[in-house]
Amino acid sequence: MEIYYFLTISGIIGTGLAINRKKFINYLLLFLYSIALIAYSTHIALTQESHSAYFTFDSLSKLSTLTLCIISIAAFFHGYRYVEKHNPTETPHSKGLFFSAMVILVTAIAHINLSNHLAVSWIFVELSTLSASILIYHHRNIRALEGVWKYVFVGAISVTFIYIGILFLSTAGKQAQITELSYSNLLQHAQALNPFWLKLSFIFFLLGFSIKMSFIPMYTASIDAKDKAPAPAGAILASLLMNAGFVAVYRYYAILCQTPLKTWAQSLLIISALVSLFIAAVYMTRVKNIKRMLAYSGIEHMSLMIIGITLGKTGAFAALLHMVLHSLIKPALFFQYNQIYWVYQSKSIYDVGNYFKYNKAGAIALLIGWISLTAIPPSGLFVSEILLFQSLFANHMLLVLIVVMLLLTIIIWGLTSNVLKILFTPPLQINESNIPTISPWESTTQYILPVLAVYLAYFQPGWFIDWISKAIIL
Amino acid sequence: MIDFLLILFTMTLLYAAIANRMQTYLWILILQGAILSGLTYFLLTNIEVYNVVLIIAENLLFKTIAVPWFLHTILKRNQITRETEPYLPNFVSLIIITAIILLSIVITTSINDMFIAKNLFIAAISTIFSALYLIMSRKKIITHVICYLILENGVFLLSLSTGNEMPMLVNLGIMLDIFASVLILGIFFNKIGDVLKDPDVGLLRNLKD
Repeated sequence: MEIYYFLTISGIIGTGLAINRKKFINYLLLFLYSIALIAYSTHIALTQESHSAYFTFDSLSKLSTLTLCIISIAAFFHGYRYVEKHNPTETPHSKGLFFSAMVILVTAIAHINLSNHLAVSWIFVELSTLSASILIYHHRNIRALEGVWKYVFVGAISVTFIYIGILFLSTAGKQAQITELSYSNLLQHAQALNPFWLKLSFIFFLLGFSIKMSFIPMYTASIDAKDKAPAPAGAILASLLMNAGFVAVYRYYAILCQTPLKTWAQSLLIISALVSLFIAAVYMTRVKNIKRMLAYSGIEHMSLMIIGITLGKTGAFAALLHMVLHSLIKPALFFQYNQIYWVYQSKSIYDVGNYFKYNKAGAIALLIGWISLTAIPPSGLFVSEILLFQSLFANHMLLVLIVVMLLLTIIIWGLTSNVLKILFTPPLQINESNIPTISPWESTTQYILPVLAVYLAYFQPGWFIDWISKAIIL
Repeated sequence: MIDFLLILFTMTLLYAAIANRMQTYLWILILQGAILSGLTYFLLTNIEVYNVVLIIAENLLFKTIAVPWFLHTILKRNQITRETEPYLPNFVSLIIITAIILLSIVITTSINDMFIAKNLFIAAISTIFSALYLIMSRKKIITHVICYLILENGVFLLSLSTGNEMPMLVNLGIMLDIFASVLILGIFFNKIGDVLKDPDVGLLRNLKD
């Protein structure tokens, strides 16, 4: 029942935000939603199993929902700062619509993670596309229109591909008369599924979710989306939405692991991940748009997570740890991007520089974010990446390990050269009289989130490790 | 009767390959919607009557009447030119779509599975891949939308193959129709058309790294 209560509350608050024009009421509604989200996440964390057959409160759900709760609340706070500061002339209706879309997007993502049924998962994927499109079009200019059009069109084709995947899966279960498409039921009867249709189904499923995961082949629309959406919304798209896609693919892959198709699926995922990693490496060396650079870095991390799940239990552990840590670090950088934009009024790498001079607290936060994202110790991601490399070594995949390390080196070089330029190189042209003063308090979350990642990676609280271990369903 | 309707449906793809005018595409959508209604009636024999009525009503009202009318309004409102403006000559498109249909026949007949309705599967797969080809080979954004609707029709056809066992999947297909059509057409009607008159994809190539 709790799920339906939360969905009803989200629906009411989302509608209220969209139609109400009073600022105070809008922020009150957002505050109430944050309280409901915290209560819901806590309930899921403390409850053993869901009462609904369509949703599950397993360890993977607990892990992803808790991450979602932390990042969403930080994104709401930065969303509030964004709409108040970025464009003070913005209408209350536009602000309400922005928060309404954020609420619906967060609810949709939460339930993609919680769903135990392919069809339910698919419905929430549709809802996430719808709400994300409102956020991408927030600025209502020609570039935003281009971004939203590409996202919606490619998103619609992706949703269709997922649907085709579900249809092929139902065909795979025809002979064994499997009509219940829940993950748990499919996991139980995986051996009885027709391998030919299962293969086709997985290919379409992976294609469809690639836009959510920022993975080949549909990653381009997701890069545009993260670029055009306001940074707090971009933070959600670059972490939570990617996780939702990853969780769905991971649950499906677990079904394949119970069948003779395991090796085939492993090869497919590793090849796709290496191609994605290569694309990320190519773009990271030439990208000059700061926000797109952060978006491309997401492709790199998703590729590492996908490689991780193909490497057995240690690899899956590393992948799930990487999922949580990346979700804490990447939003911190998106939030920091907002301040960079306020200082330079540009997202081009050519227009920025000497950031330490103009926003010291923000520059330190950016430096911490860069160290965290490149997995340089004491970054939390260092632990997950080392585990991943160990797994590759243990699985005798030396060639893959060498290729991954080579591509990661290129990516780190691309990211580092741009970040160091932002921090230390003086900009070509700057009018210092127009630079706003940014309170150090605005960078609070940018400090907390990477530090939380370090805490989870190095101190490994018992409940956290327990959740990750139980989430390994391969 | 089912085979006749499936052949008719597949023939509409060949017609789409050589269509020169936007209006022809709308007629193709109307015809496909009507054929899908007929196929629903003949194929979904083991599910509740109210569900069959709902699916046929969706096909007739939504696919056959509402969406083509809506598209017609967009064409008139935005004064979009009548030409379809393909990248490749129609003859080449005809050859390619014929090859897609032949390939679908070869692939489907080679599948050794007695649980699939092969003719239905051939028509569905041909439609899906032909629509993807048409999306890639047309310049106008509105043509992309129409070809996406053809793709959806192909997917709906595929869903009919499991409709008797899992009617829920056909209902999901209806949801997909409504979601995608409303969202895509809504954006087109309200936003793109207002900003860009007679838009083609060349105008949406400004987002760069």
